[in-house]
Amino acid sequence: MSGGEEEERDAQGLTAADRRRRRQRSIALALALGLLVALFYLVTIAKLGPGVLIRPL
Amino acid sequence: MAGISDTLQTNAAAGRASRAPATVSNGEVRDFLALLKPRVMSLVVFTALTGMIVAHGTIHPVIGFAAILAIAVGAGASGCLNMWWDADIDAVMSRTLDRPIPAGRIAPQEALAFGITLSVGSVLFLGLIANWLAAGLLAFTIFYYAVIYSMWLKRWTPQNIVIGGAAGAFPPMIGEAAVTGSVSLDTAILFAIIFIWTPPHFWALALVKSGDYARAGVPMLPNVSGPDETRRQILLYTLVLVPLGLAPALVGFGGAIYLAVAALSGAWMLVCALRVWRRREGPAATKACWALFGFSIVYLFLLFATLIAERVLGLFFAVPGLGA
Repeated sequence: MSGGEEEERDAQGLTAADRRRRRQRSIALALALGLLVALFYLVTIAKLGPGVLIRPL
Repeated sequence: MAGISDTLQTNAAAGRASRAPATVSNGEVRDFLALLKPRVMSLVVFTALTGMIVAHGTIHPVIGFAAILAIAVGAGASGCLNMWWDADIDAVMSRTLDRPIPAGRIAPQEALAFGITLSVGSVLFLGLIANWLAAGLLAFTIFYYAVIYSMWLKRWTPQNIVIGGAAGAFPPMIGEAAVTGSVSLDTAILFAIIFIWTPPHFWALALVKSGDYARAGVPMLPNVSGPDETRRQILLYTLVLVPLGLAPALVGFGGAIYLAVAALSGAWMLVCALRVWRRREGPAATKACWALFGFSIVYLFLLFATLIAERVLGLFFAVPGLGA
């Protein structure tokens, strides 16, 4: 096994391609979580409706 | 079955060896999306949306969008669990060989965890934002597809896709339940249309891909009862399907345009099925099967798209003397 053909791995044993894929997955997960937060917010507002402002204080 | 297992292990090992240690996920984002079977998801979204639109009720657009999203994710989750369970046979069929698990890009455990997480999340979300009947129906659909169809029927009986077809037929009911909190005859008819449509659709594909299914040991009808019997069954199911496709207009939730579209497209569906039945040898037979498979998708799309268009675009004209 020649050293030139061996993919270079970092301290965690990841190649550059592994790191790229992990970064893509992390970004996708962050986007999905962000969209879920926005969706939960919108759904909450929609379910509460305008009546939420009409209440005894 | 040892051959299947060996192939899967070889592919998975090749995927791992070429990349990182097994403890690190090799999957790209598109691999995880592929686990959700996007094409099936799009059909589920479309049919669930139809159920919502024909429902006798209203829903806030945001809640409606979120409900469709939950149904889509639930459908994707069941597809993911199906791919996890069927990875061994996917590895020996040309059509499915490059799916993420048999190709070694995603570990089976990852797919299982992904599928279960999305299943639970989508059902809970739908229950909380819409109602628990819709959520219950979604949960049952996921269970039906992943357990009853994938784990039990698919490898046991040539009637696998007949009974399993119910899983694909539930979305209109889930859509209606999300709007009204109940199900009616209208979406029961849509259920029946998809249920009866499924066998001729998949058997047309199975006739062409019978070698694949034989290698995988899946008892599809052409492998068990032979191509002639399959052609007869395709024709019989289509003879039931075409009048059933007219039922929405007869009951009253499909209008005059729907009746015309269902009659014309149904007639062509019947022509395609007759061609499959008559052309039994050579390239003409294969071409007839592909034509039926392709047109069956168009047929279902036309029926549901017309129902949506009649409501959304204000094109609903009741057929005189028919329906409500």
